[in-house]
Amino acid sequence: MGEQIQAAALPATRDRESPPIQEIDLSQRPHISEKIIQGFLFACGAFSILTTLGIVYELSKEALLFFTDDRVSLLEFFTGLKWQPQVGEFGILPLLNATLMTTAFAMLIALPLGLGVAIYLSEYASPRMRNTLKPILEVLAGIPTVVYGYFALTFMTPLLRSILGVNMVSIYNTASAGIVMGILILPLVSSMSEDALSAVPRSLREAAYSLGATKLETALRIVLPAAISGIAAAVIISISRAIGETMIVAIAAGAGPNFTFNPFQSAETMTGHIVRISGGDLSYDSIDYNSIFAIGLMLFFMTLTLNIISQRIVRRFREVYE
Amino acid sequence: MNDTRRPAGLAPIEGQYDSGDFEPRLTQRHRQGVVWQALFLASTLIGIVALSALLYNIFNQAFGYVAYKSELNPASLAVNGVPLQQLPKAELVNILQENVSKGLFRRLEDDQPFAQRSRKDVYDLVVQYVVQYKVEEAWTLQESIFARDQVMQYASKNPDAVLRFVSWINPAFITSQQSSNPIEAGVLTAILGSLWTIAITILFAFPVGVGAAIYLEEYALDTPINRIIRVNINNLAGVPSIIYGMLGLAIFVRLLGPLTSGAIFQAGKSATSNGRTILSAGLTLGLLILPVIIINAQEAIKAVPNSLRQASFGLGATKWQTVWHHVLPNALPGILTGTILSVSRAIGETAPLVVVGAATFLNFLPESVFAKFTTLPIQIYQWTSRPQDEFRNLAAAAIIVLLILLLTLNASAVLLRNRLSRRI
Repeated sequence: MGEQIQAAALPATRDRESPPIQEIDLSQRPHISEKIIQGFLFACGAFSILTTLGIVYELSKEALLFFTDDRVSLLEFFTGLKWQPQVGEFGILPLLNATLMTTAFAMLIALPLGLGVAIYLSEYASPRMRNTLKPILEVLAGIPTVVYGYFALTFMTPLLRSILGVNMVSIYNTASAGIVMGILILPLVSSMSEDALSAVPRSLREAAYSLGATKLETALRIVLPAAISGIAAAVIISISRAIGETMIVAIAAGAGPNFTFNPFQSAETMTGHIVRISGGDLSYDSIDYNSIFAIGLMLFFMTLTLNIISQRIVRRFREVYE
Repeated sequence: MNDTRRPAGLAPIEGQYDSGDFEPRLTQRHRQGVVWQALFLASTLIGIVALSALLYNIFNQAFGYVAYKSELNPASLAVNGVPLQQLPKAELVNILQENVSKGLFRRLEDDQPFAQRSRKDVYDLVVQYVVQYKVEEAWTLQESIFARDQVMQYASKNPDAVLRFVSWINPAFITSQQSSNPIEAGVLTAILGSLWTIAITILFAFPVGVGAAIYLEEYALDTPINRIIRVNINNLAGVPSIIYGMLGLAIFVRLLGPLTSGAIFQAGKSATSNGRTILSAGLTLGLLILPVIIINAQEAIKAVPNSLRQASFGLGATKWQTVWHHVLPNALPGILTGTILSVSRAIGETAPLVVVGAATFLNFLPESVFAKFTTLPIQIYQWTSRPQDEFRNLAAAAIIVLLILLLTLNASAVLLRNRLSRRI
């Protein structure tokens, strides 16, 4: 009853103090400025698509100019064992081979170490230990790659040379670049893998313990398989990162394409070649200019494919717990 | 031992199993566990050792003995007993005129008339062209301490060389411009270049990145185009940085050359830079870190509780009013932290800037966004690629400057986050 009385009394008091209420149009008013802002924000979002289109368009355009040049044949590009622009030899294999070799070396270092670090941090380390170790590893990830290049040239190469002999290891070599690249990528592997391992619910571990499994058996046979999709994604992302890595190989792997399987010899990678050519005096529409775009296009598709595969793996094989 | 399928480690039931069946394996399993744990710990330690080796190597190269000679003894250049360092500008110009070739003197005059040059500038020229310090030998810190005998031996064999223990990183190093002589070379040009470039990068990438994040989190419905944008941003984040350099070369330097070289605005020096300017470099780095900024800003905006938005709408605010007055202020600490972290990545980037076309040598400091550029990492790269040892020392010193810059940025990100999140 009381509420009704109040409700009835309300208009009366209002009438006394303020002018009579006007009809309010409650339908939405058109907000022109709101629309403009929304349009601007959409443009910001769409800008990323423009970037991608720009990359694909520019790389393809110049690469097309390269492949339609008389001196270049598509078949030779993919099968030729020599990359010597001066004499019109354009075979990508020496560059690709060096890229794959440095990448393989990097993964050889980063994969076991990164996984070891991830398992240690997520399964063994006490929270305090984890809180001290993780930031240190993150420092590794934050150091600019040119510093790693310096490290490879002034520390790793002399180290390799003093161990294996000066005659065997040349000053510029793919092994030292690859090893240092592995150190660079280690934090990437370890942090992504650790995230995946930590996401495995505790109940799984406890079930394993209750069946009498040791800590190691739990970690390797229960937790690791459960987190395998995340770890696989981390590995693939790392490979893509290693393929695209530039400064370390530009500084330490050597200048000049060289088709060799000897990791202690100098060989130029795809990225290293792009940097060296574009660092010199480059005139537009020359075959050199166009050729680096062809290499860039290949690089772009290699890394893009790996990144898409990694995203697919995460989406498809993710184990969902509760 | 034969039935391995049995739950391991379970207490044996009386009479059913022989307890001796378990125990040998149990110890073995535990031993295995210990070994592997040691391996896991070792891999963590290897990571830390690598970091220490990296830092040690840099400091080792940044300090040490150096032996140098000069073409002309500076003492012999004193006029009326006033040493070279204290001579007035007019005298220095005279010395320069007397000791260098006419052609070189005219070229220096053409670069910038001597009347307009500062005293220090002229002094530097005298040191560079007349005194001509030349590094004969440089030692690392380790050699300087533990192989001091060799250093001294060298000094006694070469009495005309000046032997000095130097810290390659020193105030003069930070305040001097580029120079082809390692004794006088400094990183001021590179530091200023880095700062200019990064300023452009932030001005471009921050508004666009945050705008895109707001659009994706607050406005975008689940339409195909928005889904494409989302997937695309993730893919862009994985594109190698050198590809962005090529994009920058093709778009900013070549296509938009008249704009980025400032020719449109009639800003001088355009003829020489032909689009390879600070503006192009900054925009290229902006494109590079845009996806990272967007992703970080999205996370920050996502973390703002929905109740805030509901309350704002409930009071009659429009969508943009809600975003501007409530969502953004709450998401700001996260957005800023993410931005600073991506900016520190941009500062360390080298490859895209080499491709865009960093200048190899600059004898002036950048004055506008249309100037030719070099940055700290570029300078490090160029010094590292030189064969002489002393340039490696310079590179090490420049690396320390770069690392300190990055450390400051990251520390400020942490401080900023703590401070802003306390206020809200």
